[in-house]
Amino acid sequence: MKYLDEYRDGRLAGKIVEEIHRIQTKPWVIMEVCGGQTHSIVKHGIDYLLPSEIELVHGPGCPVCVTPLEMIDKAHAIARRPDVIFCSFGDMLRVPGSDGDLFTIKSLGGDVRVVYSPLDCLKIARAHPDKKVVFFAIGFETTAPANAMLVWQAQQEGVKNVSMLVSHVLVPPAIAAILQSPLNRVQGFLGPGHVCAVMGYREYEPLSAQFKVPIVITGFEPLDILQGILMTVRQLESGRAEVENEYSRVLDREGNQAAQRLVFNVFEIADRKWRGVGTIPKSGYKLRWEFREHDAEKLFDVKEIDTLESTVCISGQILSGIKKPHDCPAFGKECNPQHPLGATMVSAEGACAAYYAYGRHLKRDKDDVKLTAISTGGPA
Amino acid sequence: MTVFGSCPLPIFEHKQIVLGHGSGGKLTAELIDKVFRPAFTNPILDKLDDQAVVQVNGTRLAFTTDSFVVTPIFFPGGDIGRLAINGTVNDLAMSGARPLYLAAAFILEEGLAADDLRRVVESMRDAANEAGVLLVTGDTKVVNRGKGDQVFITTTGLGVIDGPVEISADRARPGDKIILSGFIGDHGMAVMSQRENLEFEGAIESDCAPLHGLVNVMLEVMGSDGLPTIHCLRDPTRGGVATTLNEIASQSQVGMLLQERAIPVRETVQGACEILGLDPLYVANEGKLVAIVAAEAADEIVERMRQHPLGGEAVVIGEVVADHAGMVLMKTEIGGTRVLDVMFGEQLPRIC
Repeated sequence: MKYLDEYRDGRLAGKIVEEIHRIQTKPWVIMEVCGGQTHSIVKHGIDYLLPSEIELVHGPGCPVCVTPLEMIDKAHAIARRPDVIFCSFGDMLRVPGSDGDLFTIKSLGGDVRVVYSPLDCLKIARAHPDKKVVFFAIGFETTAPANAMLVWQAQQEGVKNVSMLVSHVLVPPAIAAILQSPLNRVQGFLGPGHVCAVMGYREYEPLSAQFKVPIVITGFEPLDILQGILMTVRQLESGRAEVENEYSRVLDREGNQAAQRLVFNVFEIADRKWRGVGTIPKSGYKLRWEFREHDAEKLFDVKEIDTLESTVCISGQILSGIKKPHDCPAFGKECNPQHPLGATMVSAEGACAAYYAYGRHLKRDKDDVKLTAISTGGPA
Repeated sequence: MTVFGSCPLPIFEHKQIVLGHGSGGKLTAELIDKVFRPAFTNPILDKLDDQAVVQVNGTRLAFTTDSFVVTPIFFPGGDIGRLAINGTVNDLAMSGARPLYLAAAFILEEGLAADDLRRVVESMRDAANEAGVLLVTGDTKVVNRGKGDQVFITTTGLGVIDGPVEISADRARPGDKIILSGFIGDHGMAVMSQRENLEFEGAIESDCAPLHGLVNVMLEVMGSDGLPTIHCLRDPTRGGVATTLNEIASQSQVGMLLQERAIPVRETVQGACEILGLDPLYVANEGKLVAIVAAEAADEIVERMRQHPLGGEAVVIGEVVADHAGMVLMKTEIGGTRVLDVMFGEQLPRIC
């Protein structure tokens, strides 16, 4: 289909793959920041087209994966209430908290609904004036404008029975945290295309300069990702460290300024906990004081819920690029998408779930696949 | 600097039935394995085909039942009544049987508009006439308002298998070809776009249709041994083509290799799936079949299918292989390889 097929063209993909093979002389570790990019890489089998010395590690950009257990427990406590209609994006429903998931709460009589847009909550609130409608506002900068619009409109229109449980996180502080880790192995980044469509990419320039890493803002189709990898490898091979924009058909340096204004009108920067990672200072959003009447954490008595995460699975290390899903002894065994042990197995965008669904069989025959792909100049 | 820790969860077991148990994916399979099969186990049931094939006085009968709970009850391209007829007719047809008789049980919710029930029943009558089956017995129950969802229908079907047809999900062999009868995902996306009030450019219509006529023309292609060349037949309903092929791969203990570029998906369905973060390979169909056939006969079967109104886009999408038994792999458009796993529970729209 138009605007997609062009970016999934096997012949062009083969050419970019060939060029990456031609220019690469040293081993490089590149992190794709977004869950959507991870999904695309495994869905299209991109990593197995690359030279074996280029290692892709999967970053923390899966919103479902990084939402802390404590916040999920708070969500569940609210969703169990008989006076609440709890609304969420779809894949949040299967994320287990300390005791079950939202599907379980629904099966026990909780009114849990999947919405495609946060603004659907306004319609639901108007249709059910006797109920409190709560939206689980998770995600990165990408979902922030649409989520902000919900409380903004609710306030403008005086819809009192809508509130939001906010667990918003930001990409640049996470990249900084990864780069500051003494265990860090990442040498270059595929930057988050959709996040930058909202925010632009100015804020990545100081990161690139300070830590001397290439950051190539990259889209989500196979050709985008291959082109992003090629641009990153070019920088690494020539010793450059800059912010470049592969996704120029969608975004520019400044981003969507109307969306940014809305976001900053509704949210302010706050410290946030990341699942499997811990608290990162100034790494998320909370609702501004003016919108406190729509802040579910204030409206419902969930402040004291404080869940500790234990130390069985390695998803924290996977999210920060230190380990890969195959390195986990539980991967594909005790831990699978049906019975996730950790956050990265829960969402289709999570590195472990993506590996499980699309990449399980290939973990050891990478070179064979690569040679086949190159000798046929692309797809079979 | 934050220390990157780890992030664990207890292994999660469902103590209640959740919606995913009805999705046709892994949770459904788990329910069958842990609850239903141990209770009723017998050689006919344990084949886990979509219908049972039993022999009575030398006549081979195909026997099946299916419940229909779709919301909304009317959707573009069909309704719950048409679905209830064709779904059961197709389960019979997938054994190579000639569908003959149906029974229907209705669970009606108090308050259901009589006109809506009439519309559903008339649609069932028309679908039964088109499929050439008779509805010969039935039952009606009414439940309190709020205890049902307008109307639930269960249909049971009986058919006869003529001739030396042997079709079952455990009969795929390495070298066999995998045939798909047409565009995938139409039914699931038609229902979803209606249910969620999503409007897409160009309406998506359900593909709901009876498939036994198409199966008939396929059965006419004989192998060099004078026997029919179809080894497995399934209609990929809940869980879609990916889940159906996984079931066959697992029951036959073979691997499969598909070619992504060969799989027909309508542009509207592809677009709707892209928007919602769904994969058409996991979306339900109600008028499509996948067939695993002897390689020597594949071209002729596809040729004959294309002459039939329900098989115009029939195509070979891959082959059965000896490697990676129980697993379905797909060569992607850009030349990579991915695993097509069974769907877990409900397919969930992704956040972004």
